[in-house]
Amino acid sequence: MTALLTISRVGPMMSLQDEGRYGFRARGVSTSGAMDRDAHAIANALVGNDPHAAAIEFALTGGAFTADRDTLIAVTGGSCQVEIAGKPVPTWESHSLKAGETLTVGALRGAVWGYLAISGGITIPKMLGSRSTHLRTAVGGLNGKALSPGDILPLGEPGKLAPRTLGTPYLRGHGPIAVIPGPQDDYFDADAWKTFLRQPYRTTTSRDRMAMVLDGPALKAFKGHDIVSDATVVGSIQVPGSGNPIVLTADGQTTGGYPKIATVASFDLARLAQLPAGQQFLFRAIPADLAEEQAIHAEDRLAAVIADLKS
Amino acid sequence: MQFKPRSGSGRNTENSYPRILRCGDRAVAIEFSDTVSEAANLKVLSLDVSLASAPIEGILETIPTYRSLTVIYDPKIVRGAFLGNELMQRATHETAASATGRLLEFPVLYGGEHQADLDELAEMKNMTAADVIALHSSAEYRVYMIGFAPGFAYLGGLPEILHTPRLTVPRQRIEAGAIGIGGRQSSINSVPGPSGWRFLGRTPFRLFDATRSEPFLLKAGDRITFRSIGIDEARELDEQVASGTAELKEIA
Repeated sequence: MTALLTISRVGPMMSLQDEGRYGFRARGVSTSGAMDRDAHAIANALVGNDPHAAAIEFALTGGAFTADRDTLIAVTGGSCQVEIAGKPVPTWESHSLKAGETLTVGALRGAVWGYLAISGGITIPKMLGSRSTHLRTAVGGLNGKALSPGDILPLGEPGKLAPRTLGTPYLRGHGPIAVIPGPQDDYFDADAWKTFLRQPYRTTTSRDRMAMVLDGPALKAFKGHDIVSDATVVGSIQVPGSGNPIVLTADGQTTGGYPKIATVASFDLARLAQLPAGQQFLFRAIPADLAEEQAIHAEDRLAAVIADLKS
Repeated sequence: MQFKPRSGSGRNTENSYPRILRCGDRAVAIEFSDTVSEAANLKVLSLDVSLASAPIEGILETIPTYRSLTVIYDPKIVRGAFLGNELMQRATHETAASATGRLLEFPVLYGGEHQADLDELAEMKNMTAADVIALHSSAEYRVYMIGFAPGFAYLGGLPEILHTPRLTVPRQRIEAGAIGIGGRQSSINSVPGPSGWRFLGRTPFRLFDATRSEPFLLKAGDRITFRSIGIDEARELDEQVASGTAELKEIA
């Protein structure tokens, strides 16, 4: 019999996500996957799963869950109140959840996207090679939808149910968010660039898994705000006529008709996505070649954290 | 580290094509034009074919669009600077593909739930609805790119008389299969969703169905014609599509 996880309470935009859906952007299918890839991978590793297994992503606040079999659980992404059978347990480490016990996950503090991984992973059928949910087009996930109370999820076979902690702390960078100029960097003159790189921008509540609309000094594209639609990527910073930059995130559409002033460096995208609404920050421009080096370092650091879990 | 972006000069300057554009630390694009042109699109598609038949290690995905090819790569295996050079070399050595993708015929029930749009369009163009249908179904269209939503095909080849501005207020839900016009572009809706385009009719066929063995009906480079059908044939095809037995007619 397959072990089952029952959801009795949910926060907004709670969905199933894995490492994402690759190979279909040319067919109009977004990559999706966790908004904070590292936090998702660490949650999985803490419960003995493959880092790419499907886990539950939640926005701002978690929910309540029970499993019909003994499991291990871990919550990452930020800090929040987590309780098992009424007893508080820390985030960023795994804990035993006995069959029938209730797990509650509260509101994130200082973060936006949280992850709940369960040993064995969530084993709903894959669609186009992935279990990730793309909410707008109803691709993947549980019937393509956000999770809701009463949903029951199948769990895979778990490994050893031994709780684990981080041997090496997982630390994020700080300071300005790194961007690589382009592809339409030449749509913006020197003044627009000065504004973009020296004035602070703010995250807003206009955000979901698809995009984040930023607030700050308007950016004017002197060549106009319409281009012949071309490909976007995860991290593209589009500038529509309003002048407010829009950062495309995991569920971002695959093509677009707004000029893209820059692309957020892959290693800084989750840090931006995790900034609570209203937070100010600065952008800094780095060359693509340097960004590649730093992206590889970030991957190596994550691998080291995962390799150094303690049980 | 001080790094200066390549800001524009403040006036429009001519770019030379093709050119390489960096798109972050995992993607690079080669751009052949800054306008919609069949010649540029054919270069995009032939380079895409070249990459499929003689792959470069480290490339994860390619995304052909109207006038550029974006390549997503793993920086652990290959670097963007190297890829940019490779793409430029291939682009200058490849001859552009000729416009001979598959030619597919889509049956269309013109009007139907879109009768009001069809009538309005006819009135705007000072034609009868039958004229609009005759014009729309006489042209051959080419799939320039797939994007925006799963399986959504941007078509080139809409007769100029039918170019029509988008609605000022988009509608909340347009069903899959609806045949639309937005500005100079035309398309077939692939998934239900909001749209500011005008719609002339619908095809029973589904551009995207994840439960099919081949989830996507179209790819960039395919050619399309539309054939006007009546309500009886449409209903028959609806049933065949629902039961998975409908076959799209491949003319060539």
